[in-house]
Amino acid sequence: MQSVKSTAAPPRRLLASLGLDARLVFMVAAIAGIWIVFHVLTGGIFLTARNLWNLSVQTASVGVMVSGMVLIIVMRNIDLSIGSILGFTGMFMAVVNTQLFSQNTWWAALLTLLLGLLLGVLVGVIQGTWIAVLGVPSFIVTLGGLLIFRGGAWLLTSGQTVAPLSESFQILGGGLNGSIGGLWSWFVGAAIMVAILWADVRVYQQRARRGLPNRSVALQALLTGASLLLVLAFVLVMNSYADPRSGLPRGMPVPVLLMLGVTAIMMWVVRATRFGRYVFAYGGNPEAARLAGINTRRLTIMVFGLMGLLAALAGAIQSARLNAGTNSTGTLAELSVIAAAVIGGTSLSGGTGSIPGAFLGAILMASLINGMLLLDLPSAWQNVVQGLVLMLAVTLDVLVQQRRAK
Amino acid sequence: MSLATGVPLIETRGIFKSFGGIHALENVSVALAPGEVLGLLGHNGAGKSTLIKMLSGAYTADAGQILMNGQEVRLTSPRTAQNLGIETIYQNLALADNLDVAANIFLGRELLRGGVLDEDTMELESRKVLDRLKVNLPDLKKPVFNLSGGQRQCIAISRAIYFKAKVLIMDEPTAALGPQETAQVNELILSLRQEGVGIFLISHDLHDVFDLADRVTVMKNGKVVGSALTSQISQDEVLEMIIAGKLPRREVLTP
Repeated sequence: MQSVKSTAAPPRRLLASLGLDARLVFMVAAIAGIWIVFHVLTGGIFLTARNLWNLSVQTASVGVMVSGMVLIIVMRNIDLSIGSILGFTGMFMAVVNTQLFSQNTWWAALLTLLLGLLLGVLVGVIQGTWIAVLGVPSFIVTLGGLLIFRGGAWLLTSGQTVAPLSESFQILGGGLNGSIGGLWSWFVGAAIMVAILWADVRVYQQRARRGLPNRSVALQALLTGASLLLVLAFVLVMNSYADPRSGLPRGMPVPVLLMLGVTAIMMWVVRATRFGRYVFAYGGNPEAARLAGINTRRLTIMVFGLMGLLAALAGAIQSARLNAGTNSTGTLAELSVIAAAVIGGTSLSGGTGSIPGAFLGAILMASLINGMLLLDLPSAWQNVVQGLVLMLAVTLDVLVQQRRAK
Repeated sequence: MSLATGVPLIETRGIFKSFGGIHALENVSVALAPGEVLGLLGHNGAGKSTLIKMLSGAYTADAGQILMNGQEVRLTSPRTAQNLGIETIYQNLALADNLDVAANIFLGRELLRGGVLDEDTMELESRKVLDRLKVNLPDLKKPVFNLSGGQRQCIAISRAIYFKAKVLIMDEPTAALGPQETAQVNELILSLRQEGVGIFLISHDLHDVFDLADRVTVMKNGKVVGSALTSQISQDEVLEMIIAGKLPRREVLTP
């Protein structure tokens, strides 16, 4: 290890010697800073159980989509249509839920969701095929998609809002019955903690057995302990927000569980599957990937299909939360998602990106929006701030790339 | 070692290829015996690169045949060529910079365990094959971005060796390397030849080609000018063939 010291700045080197990713540490610090600033500015409202619970639900829709966007950008593409796909599939599910499966049963809600997800995949696959087979730049195809699916959301009901949705379907949005309660939250929290402990110990033992460099036992214990505390704090915060009707703790909202599940699965996909490996190989060197016998067309189609699936899941969450299908749901969502991915370390030049980073990016974007809402900033100013954050994030990326090229 | 005895390892017969009306290859026939190093020579645009892309499955021919051990094969994609034991080492576009050493060696042919990438075995196997090539890389889990040209070329070569290439196509394998690394790659070519691997060597360096190749084939304007054993032709004569497309007066050409 000593022989391959990088030439990076000293703080980065310190973090590297601790076995930590500098960008992730920086992002956690940035989120903490934003939270503290908003807490002060709002006169102590931001860091309350109620607001953090709301923040977690507000993060869910961007958090669900951002991991798909990471793969899209890693493959040197972009998807501008996800906000519209979200609106289109959300509207579709609202129609299905009110017309076709209007019974208030879990299977009717599930069928609604499955049909919506299927539509999302279909839309994504069509766009992906257009890009991969016809060779049209993804920017143009998905810009077309942005208009087409927003129009489609309007055409489904001639612009009429569809409401109310069945109570079973509303669970997806984290509304009245959309949390799993205190007891189950403890179970889920305990399961996550056991998983973290098991994974950390296993990786540590494996590396030790194969003679690979490891952190010191004390440091590893500290880091593992910190992750366990984070999960514990999460459960405690979620359980401290009581349901106003019953006074019982709400616990983890269902959309937040969906986001955590999607993030965990996508981390695994990137780390452990051929699909994930090929996405990054293509991003690093498309020609090399093709010459290595990778079917790059199919890969592109699959990634856009996956993006469509995640956008539809976000559509279900948003519609269920609104308890309505409207033709404007998800407008401009693509910008928050792209910003979250780029802030999280996904490079627009392709080949680099991280799911945990993008997840933190989603929290950061949602925190900004939540804080500005609490401060009663007009939505025009919120757009200005979001636009600036997007430009700043990309500027940082460009600067990093330029330094690397030197 | 020579074509006079037995069936060629790989052979093209009357290959034609054109791109938008431009004839990149016209009636190209070349052959390679097991354990033979064939130097493929010619100016830029002579058709060398198109020919090797044809042999590695990246392009398909408009007309003509490719035969392996006397049997016609259809190389419709890089994967089919790899499955037949044809490995290609490209000039500079072979590696994904952002992936680590082991991931690059196994790119497209990852080892799986229960449907999941088997990182440990891939790392250990990479270490083994790199040791065989006497390449010393401290950390196989680092992206190849920071490695030198020679180290990167060795990764590309170890990929071909790990998957037991029968036919190895090397496009300017030493163009980006220093003298020491060049010597190392050249040594490797000779040891692979001894193992019976047939090698196409594309190079601008006539000295290298004469040191390594048993035979040379010269191309010009998409056509084969001629072939000759390096032991029977002089560098000046080969140069004449490359520049002017002019055949030597004496009888040195082989089929």
